[in-house]
Amino acid sequence: MTEKIGVYVCHCGTNIARVVDCKSVAEYAKTLPNVTVARDYQYTCSDPGQEMIRKDIQELELTRVVVASCSPLMHEPTFRRTVQDAGLNPFLFQMANIREQCSWITDNKELATDRAKAIVRAAVSRVNFNEPLEVKRVPMNPDVLIVGGGITGIEAALQIADSGKKVYLVEKEPTIGGYMARFDKTFPTLDCAACILTPKMVSVGQHKNIELMSYSDVVDFSGYVGNFKARIRKRPRYVDEEKCTGCGQCEQKCPLSVPSEFDCGLGKRKAIYRPFPQAVPSTPVIDREHCLYFTKGVCRVCEKFCPRGAIDFNQEEKTIEVPVGSAILATGSDLFDPSLIKEYGYGRLPNVITSLEFERLTHASGPTGGKIVLKNGKPPESVAIIHCVGSRDTNYNEYCSRVCCMYSLKTAHLVGEKTEARVYEFYIDMRAFGKGYEEFYKRLLEEDVTFIRGRVAEITDVAQKETEKGKLIAVAEDTLLGMVRRIPVDMVILSLGLTPRNDAIEVARTFSISRSKDGFFLEKHPKLAPVSTAADGIFVAGACQGPKDIPDSVAQGAAAAANVLSLIDRKEVELEPTIATINEEACSGCRICISLCPYHAITHDEERRIAVITEALCKGCGVCIAACPSGAIEQQNFTNRQLFAEVEAVCS
Amino acid sequence: MSKFEPKIVGFLCRWCAYTGADLAGTSRIKYPPNVNPIRVNCSGRVDPTLVLKALTIGADGVLIAGCHPGDCHYTSGNVKTLRRFKLLQKMLDQFGIERERVRLEWVSASEGERYARIVEQMTEEIRQLGPLGWKAKMEALA
Repeated sequence: MTEKIGVYVCHCGTNIARVVDCKSVAEYAKTLPNVTVARDYQYTCSDPGQEMIRKDIQELELTRVVVASCSPLMHEPTFRRTVQDAGLNPFLFQMANIREQCSWITDNKELATDRAKAIVRAAVSRVNFNEPLEVKRVPMNPDVLIVGGGITGIEAALQIADSGKKVYLVEKEPTIGGYMARFDKTFPTLDCAACILTPKMVSVGQHKNIELMSYSDVVDFSGYVGNFKARIRKRPRYVDEEKCTGCGQCEQKCPLSVPSEFDCGLGKRKAIYRPFPQAVPSTPVIDREHCLYFTKGVCRVCEKFCPRGAIDFNQEEKTIEVPVGSAILATGSDLFDPSLIKEYGYGRLPNVITSLEFERLTHASGPTGGKIVLKNGKPPESVAIIHCVGSRDTNYNEYCSRVCCMYSLKTAHLVGEKTEARVYEFYIDMRAFGKGYEEFYKRLLEEDVTFIRGRVAEITDVAQKETEKGKLIAVAEDTLLGMVRRIPVDMVILSLGLTPRNDAIEVARTFSISRSKDGFFLEKHPKLAPVSTAADGIFVAGACQGPKDIPDSVAQGAAAAANVLSLIDRKEVELEPTIATINEEACSGCRICISLCPYHAITHDEERRIAVITEALCKGCGVCIAACPSGAIEQQNFTNRQLFAEVEAVCS
Repeated sequence: MSKFEPKIVGFLCRWCAYTGADLAGTSRIKYPPNVNPIRVNCSGRVDPTLVLKALTIGADGVLIAGCHPGDCHYTSGNVKTLRRFKLLQKMLDQFGIERERVRLEWVSASEGERYARIVEQMTEEIRQLGPLGWKAKMEALA
């Protein structure tokens, strides 16, 4: 049967038509074999544009359609629906990308038009060999995996669990709460972080639909949307969660104190500990590296004093497997390592501290009980706050970390509230973009803080004048005054930027998602699909996708939850039918494909001596096809005939 | 005489390289429009015969681009591509086809700039080499 092909060349306003002569491309398409109609149109994706295609399919009895417009990653689903509405199988459609990989990359009209013609020629040539395919529908497992128990993961978990769906919340630390649990106040409202966070943490801990797995991590994630399998490793706490009531006797009696990670090493914790009193779960953890029993074989004091017999030194690491239909990554970010900027003296000059260390100092349940003091225990008389540490600097990170301006203002406010100190803020630009943020900045301007516009070049303790003796001197060019200033202070607070988690690359690989240039997880579309990823059923939310403050993180957590719930409510998911199939008559049973398949989807039928593909396991990579010496394997919608047709057309 | 414009066939995996190439366009990065992209699910789908076919019927070069090792959406498809590519290179040597004409590159979804520079460099190198002209040679043999 001869095909009747319709070709539609889109101007995309001027996006394509600026350099591609769309009329001549359409005229050219008319000369190609089997092309019945070819038209150029302003906006093919618009309603009238799609209607034009539907009308042509019906009136001209088209059997194949090619749209030459943007990337298939953008509008392939749109036009597949269009042709389907007109009664054509959606796979009898082919998209020709003449925008992203043609009109947008050159100003040369002649070359761009030639190139567009070649791309259309390839698509027309290929579409002749496209075959009608059925989309496979599989049931959607309603259970959800959420990785990361910071405020983002907590919000997502509660939204989903409240709707009656099951959530597995995996947190690698002994408690959920993330960074927010370590903060004192939050900008711009100065809400107490714990007051608004801990009730949510408790809800997570008590929710009947949330299975909280703390001190755990996801070691493997496989399957496809609707039917994933997560392998989760639970590290031993050496305390039985079922028996423990969280009374805290063990912590009190433990004879060994070590620096507390939760307090940035400023305070102490015991070898059996909860990071902070409101931890969820409230079950403590024994730190194997320090515990006297594990290191020296003696002690077991906690075991003696536990009224419930919950201490279990024989606990072992456990790996469990849970089936889920979707996953949300809310793994957050790390803080920039300030020791990389040698000229700021962090680690060398004792009173140069980080913004997180400041949070712990000013926190009522922190190591100083909320007192802002120097290393010698005295309150500072002057404090310098330095913005953009590790951000907006091509030596470290080019991006703006979005939170530092505002939390620096909050820091200034808290120093002013709790001490008599004179406060200097060194900033590059003041970025107060959120709701109530500019107003907060205005308020600080009136709170007697000295704002100095300029990046600090150096923090030094080498005095040049009498007034600088015994002080830290912040040296910066004041760009408003146009002069270098030396400000002697007692304490320097470095407002650290946010960076991708140190294990972001491994997590991205485990979940088969991409990362953007800055190392954060890559969303499907920066504007229109901010919490989706290229992998169906896997979502990202919060600071793992890029620096975010609490309101934005919570919004993304809720957005990811809404995406997941919408997916669950569809009850079934559609799978691309681009799977491999075996031509049984051509298969020689050599088994080369079997060892190559990354999903163990191919087995050998001993009786018939041929390879057999398990459809449900095949993900459609096509590795087996390229390897088959008999050419016995084909990939649906990427058949050899289709790909060769494209190659032949572009080379002719 | 007008400048020789090399004809390059590009096999781009949909997860990394094709998305990266799209990003180059979205970011309006300019580079020579000499690659005709063909989208595949994975670089591992690229049968070496597709490459040879392209070269014998008129292509001056072939670019295969996939995810960076370790980042393959299908776990290890790109590693298999790499192994095949090594063999393919030996074959090209035997045919007397310059290695510069067939390249395997890793381009992530966020590396639009990298993709543009690869195409730019490759186009220039092949421009220096001149047309492959295998189609004519094959026809002369026939």
